[in-house]
Amino acid sequence: MFAFVLRRLAVAVPTLLLLIVFSFVLMHMAPGGPFTGERALPPQVLANLEAQYGLNDPLWQQIWNYLYGIVVHFDFGPSFVYPDRSVNQLIAAGFPVTLTYGGLSFVAAVVLGVSLGVVAAIWHNSWVDYMAVGISIGAQVLPNFVMAPLLVLVFTLWYRLLPGGGWSFTDPSFWIMPVIALATSYMASIARITRSSMLEVLGSNHIRTARAKGMPEHRVIIRHALKPAMLPVISYLGPVFVSMITGSVVIDIYFSTGGIGKAFVDSALNRDYAVMMGVTILVGALTILFNLIVDVLYAWIDPKIRY
Amino acid sequence: MVIDQTKMQSLSDRLVQDEVKGRSPWADARRRFWKNRAAMLGLSILVLVALFAILGGQFAQWSNEELDFSVMGQVATMGAPSLENGHYFGTDNLGRDLYARVVQGTQISLMVGIVGAGIAVIVGTLYGATAGYVGGRTDQIMMRTVDILMSIPYMFVLILLLVMFGRSMSMLFLGIGLISWLDMSRIVRGQTLSLKNREFIEAARATGVSSFRIIIRHIVPNLLGVVAVYATLLVPLMILTESFISFLGLGVQEPLTSWGALISEGAGTMNYGTLWQLLFPLFFFVITLFGFFFVGDGLRDALDPKER
Repeated sequence: MFAFVLRRLAVAVPTLLLLIVFSFVLMHMAPGGPFTGERALPPQVLANLEAQYGLNDPLWQQIWNYLYGIVVHFDFGPSFVYPDRSVNQLIAAGFPVTLTYGGLSFVAAVVLGVSLGVVAAIWHNSWVDYMAVGISIGAQVLPNFVMAPLLVLVFTLWYRLLPGGGWSFTDPSFWIMPVIALATSYMASIARITRSSMLEVLGSNHIRTARAKGMPEHRVIIRHALKPAMLPVISYLGPVFVSMITGSVVIDIYFSTGGIGKAFVDSALNRDYAVMMGVTILVGALTILFNLIVDVLYAWIDPKIRY
Repeated sequence: MVIDQTKMQSLSDRLVQDEVKGRSPWADARRRFWKNRAAMLGLSILVLVALFAILGGQFAQWSNEELDFSVMGQVATMGAPSLENGHYFGTDNLGRDLYARVVQGTQISLMVGIVGAGIAVIVGTLYGATAGYVGGRTDQIMMRTVDILMSIPYMFVLILLLVMFGRSMSMLFLGIGLISWLDMSRIVRGQTLSLKNREFIEAARATGVSSFRIIIRHIVPNLLGVVAVYATLLVPLMILTESFISFLGLGVQEPLTSWGALISEGAGTMNYGTLWQLLFPLFFFVITLFGFFFVGDGLRDALDPKER
């Protein structure tokens, strides 16, 4: 097991370094620098600014400094647009918010999706099944940017139950709509995957054996069917997690929640490359870490995988 | 004889007939597909949406760029959908005809979806088939590259690209095309691995056909089923990606528009009482996704050998 994790890490670390170098070169290639504004700066001022941010060093030197700062000090450098704030500060302000609603939607999507799928598979071809399939088909065409306005329309404009935007760590009424908006379409996908894999497992030989020896049905499902049926769901968790973070871009813009997505879009509109790169790299690191966790979880549950 | 001669005769006739007719696996699949009611519903929706995109412009009374000065400034009261003034879907916030805009948005969203999926199909199929057929170290390197590209947060990189190199349609296509083929190549490689040891490939190799020709002439045609299913499911994903980007205002730029941009506009103005600006584009977006998902599922059921 330990060797398996190490082997995966051996792929993950170079991937991350590659992502850093790639986004850095991309930024370097982009037309227009961070100091090109409406009014051209005097050449001397521009030269001084570039010297201060180290932009006149050779490219490899800049990449090295950037990498060194991230790896050794976990420092993404200063923001180019707000000279008094560092990229770390900007990210630290938004990250807890994103993590809160993203984590909640992740849990909601997995728990509801799996329950819906299992229930549909157990009562296959009954009204329960049809209803679950109906819900999941309907929810699949409602991505976060469609759910968000619809939720605001119903709960804020028509019934005036929930605040239409903003964020508070203490008041859960601010969390409800972001979580529903993010979770809906992924809940649907998870429910579909769970249902079909559960149906396949329930038709397999070991379940027939368990039933034949007189095991009560709830034990058959919980002890023997659920674990193998979860494998396809687990391999889908990586993409779901990534989408939760990607979705934060829409959620932050639409609900003004002030998460990491807002930092990203703001910096995109300001051409604040340092912040964009910082967010991209952080999200990339999280993606890689989460995929690693999912792989380990998969290997742990599936006895057929030898590591 | 106890057995009725005429019955025997008709039985043998039928046996002969069946043998003459024969049923290819493709014909079987087609029959299953036509019988699938959800898939047929999806297909009819898609045909209607496509007709709307192609012919819808003929019925518009206003062009998509014209401002209707009579409703300007009082869109909430005057700009509602009506047949009398020719704004079937109402007007947008600037007084432009929403019907013409939705037609245009439909054209662009469908185009992005189909072109994006097309790029994915071509690149992914060739890449996956090559990796799978050549095998060995080449395969290792090619698939590791895919693994690495997969772990890049692509939506963020796509936005990065759009911001740095300007927001244009070609950049959008390039960005979407860059990422969309990864899953495809994995699926195709898996299929190729199971194909490449079959007798007909061996025969081709024995007669000295080049690797490239084997891939193009013998491997790729046998992958068509899987590729077709996956391509149908890719189109809605591409449409979703484009709409996501356009919703943020980073995708398709004015005067062009797409479903994502229209939904975003409608969502921004809905608390002024102009709900139609959200609901019309949303309706077309949702039914089209439904259509593609139904057709994709139907194709998969039709072509899946497990179902036979």
